[in-house]
Amino acid sequence: MKPGHGEVLIAEGDVELRADELRLIEAFRDQLDSGMWAAVPVTEPAGRRQAQLVRDFEQIPRDADRVIFFPRAAGGAR
Amino acid sequence: MLLALIVTALVAVALLSDLLIPRLKERWERYRAGRQRAPAPPYDPGRERRAEQRARALLRSCVNDEEWSMYRDLGFIRVWGSQNDGPARADGTGGAAYGYLVYPHKPIVAYLAQTHRLLNEYCVTFPDETRPYGSARLPDSDDALAKWMALTGDERRLIATANMHLPGRQVDPAAVKRDLWRLTQWERARLRTAGDEEGSTQADLTP
Repeated sequence: MKPGHGEVLIAEGDVELRADELRLIEAFRDQLDSGMWAAVPVTEPAGRRQAQLVRDFEQIPRDADRVIFFPRAAGGAR
Repeated sequence: MLLALIVTALVAVALLSDLLIPRLKERWERYRAGRQRAPAPPYDPGRERRAEQRARALLRSCVNDEEWSMYRDLGFIRVWGSQNDGPARADGTGGAAYGYLVYPHKPIVAYLAQTHRLLNEYCVTFPDETRPYGSARLPDSDDALAKWMALTGDERRLIATANMHLPGRQVDPAAVKRDLWRLTQWERARLRTAGDEEGSTQADLTP
């Protein structure tokens, strides 16, 4: 997510391919290092949708089709 | 002796000045340029509208059908709270069900599901300090999605991060009550429509 832009594709690839996976890991770390939070939208068995916040590439479900990065939360107006 | 040394030093400085002055000047200019604010690109309503369209598509792909319809029709999303004793720092709810109303670019409002009593406002922002277009503000639907993801992903962490206020600090309590009433009406209408559709389907299947 970017101000003035909305969704931006950062990287894509197949985690089953080693070269792709390394590239995705690097992109993932870059985003977290730049202060973003990462979330994977998931659907629970009961059908409820929610997000799973991830802090490490290994926490991403292998079958996840995307990871969404968004600016980290900060306390708003006092 | 001292005079000779001073004269030698002055001559050395004069000779080196051709080398030193341009370098010092360049450093000073770089230092000044680093401190100056980069000019922000002009506001472009078309770009903002396209960004909002992309953000709406992303939101729709993440939330369920009910939440998307709620956002489209009412302008906010209701997220159920998952803590046993209510949101943190809210004096407990005695185990009563509670929810949050998620508005774009407004505080999150916590309320009791049964009585609609407002609990607190949680003011939270998602500033992008890289300011790619001169603003740190996400499109409306991205802001709502960020809150939804943070709430459903780690409610405790988001609430701990937010600045908490009593109801009425930024969002008019009367407006929130009205939104809760609208939500109730909306849910009833949705249930009625679903019931009608189910009835007609069963009628179609009856031999």
